[in-house]
Amino acid sequence: MIAIAAPSTAIGRTGIWTRMSHGTTVPVLIVVAAIIVIWYAASVWLNSAWQFQVFARGDGDWTWGEFVAGTFSQDRPLLPAPHQVAVELWNTVVGQNVTSRRSLVYHAWITLSATLLGFAMGTGLGILLAVLIVHNRAMDRSLLPWIIASQTIPILAIAPMVVVVLASIGMTGLVPKALISTYLSFFPVVVGMVKGFRSPDQIQLDLMRTYNASSNQTFWKLRFPASLPYLFTSMKVGVAASLVGAIVGELPTGAAGGLGSRLLAGSYYGQTVQIWSALLMAAALSAMLILAITVAQRVVLARMGANA
Amino acid sequence: MNAGLVTGAVAFWLVTWAINEWLVRVRARGIAARLINVLVPVLFGAALLVLWEGLVRGFNVPSVLLPPPSAIWARITVSTATLWADFYQTFIRSVLPGYVMGCAAGLAAAIAIDRSPFLKRGLLPVGNFVSALPLVGIAPIMVMWFGFDWHSKAAVVVVMTFFPMLVNAVAGLNAASRMEQDLMRTYAASYWHTLFKLRLPAAWPFIFNALKINSTLALIGAIVAEFFGTPVVGMGFRISSAIGRLNVDMVWAEIAVAALAGSVFYGVIALIERGVTFWHPSIRGGKT
Repeated sequence: MIAIAAPSTAIGRTGIWTRMSHGTTVPVLIVVAAIIVIWYAASVWLNSAWQFQVFARGDGDWTWGEFVAGTFSQDRPLLPAPHQVAVELWNTVVGQNVTSRRSLVYHAWITLSATLLGFAMGTGLGILLAVLIVHNRAMDRSLLPWIIASQTIPILAIAPMVVVVLASIGMTGLVPKALISTYLSFFPVVVGMVKGFRSPDQIQLDLMRTYNASSNQTFWKLRFPASLPYLFTSMKVGVAASLVGAIVGELPTGAAGGLGSRLLAGSYYGQTVQIWSALLMAAALSAMLILAITVAQRVVLARMGANA
Repeated sequence: MNAGLVTGAVAFWLVTWAINEWLVRVRARGIAARLINVLVPVLFGAALLVLWEGLVRGFNVPSVLLPPPSAIWARITVSTATLWADFYQTFIRSVLPGYVMGCAAGLAAAIAIDRSPFLKRGLLPVGNFVSALPLVGIAPIMVMWFGFDWHSKAAVVVVMTFFPMLVNAVAGLNAASRMEQDLMRTYAASYWHTLFKLRLPAAWPFIFNALKINSTLALIGAIVAEFFGTPVVGMGFRISSAIGRLNVDMVWAEIAVAALAGSVFYGVIALIERGVTFWHPSIRGGKT
């Protein structure tokens, strides 16, 4: 028994190992490790000038060990070392009450709620426009070029203005930021859904015709189910865009909180560690949102019997 | 409220809508069909402008909220010199160098990691992840590193354009099929020959896709970076200082210039794409 079991576990072990190194896990881990090493090296290099000044003001006696340790522990480094950012993240995420203004979770929640509201509105608007475009040729020909042109406008650049102007008529809080997120996230959804609604083959459309299906029935029984994979793919692009929109929308509303205002405050007061921790928090948010959509996609498509 | 202006604008909109409905049903060939293709969106755009003007004037919307298009146009014609200076600082000095450097670096990195399957498997997921991040957030850091002038804006643009180009170019370099690569091998073509004669041409559609995405990203990056500190010229500076004084028509004038610059930038790249990838089905089919 043991003699048989042993090789099989050995095969199992090498199996996992080979699968990981032939898959993406090990390469990604190595690349991430390399990035962290480069980050440490760069923070020594970038912070060295300041550290030399500190030592020059001191008694002039210093070792390379002290020098490196010094570059890793400055108060306002040009590039904070990864562990400094990690400590700051730990202090502001775990070490603070989540309702406190010093808590990064509090700011992340402000940004996240604006992102989600804007994303929901953008997805709804995008699906609506796509339905209109698919069902009306005049809409298709006149609207689609303008939708594409609307994205060559650097709307993000005027996001702060939208917020300030809406604030001047008394609209503050979530809605202005959410509107910017909406504008950024509807475009991928329109383009993806137009493609998705048109993805059924002619032969399937012909089958619906032989069933004497109305255009309403064709839409709900054929076009809409066929478009769902496209919907999820474009939602992933859209949710990332709406997070960017919410963050940039927070830039002018310094006092109101949110990751964007943390960025701005950090840049005003030279708090680089704070900037980097806000950036990493934004990265984590965006990763979580995309992951959530991926999970929803798996569940929904599996329920619908897709083999994807 | 001025009912005449509102009804006039709405009537204009309905009439152009009817004309468009009629135009898309006309069966035309050759030049007439192309003319219709251009005319339909142009009519729609004109209707939007008239509707905007009519509603804003008709309902007496305060110009702080939304100025009518005519007021924006008046502002543009009055302050062309300022607008040109801002355009020069932001577009010519920040966006273009950053765009060229970022795209070139992305392409070079793609070609470099393409030789190693290990790096490709490791870097691609990371690159995909990074290109979904809110990278504009690095703007304050870049301003801190490279100073207030155009260098920091170009640096933001480089970082923002690098990853979309990397991801797309790596995908593009794998677009040539096994069969075609085997053919190059039977010709005893070297790595570089295969790269330049087969794999890069096969990758052009992907690379141009990245170039188009980046054209918008670059403009956004430069303008947002100017919010964090800038010399007293530039589109982002003008927008943020004009908002401070609620000088909204100036803001809209800058937006119009930015939109025009963005569209022309995109259009030029699309034109180059048509020339370079003339063989691609999407271009031969007459669709863009």
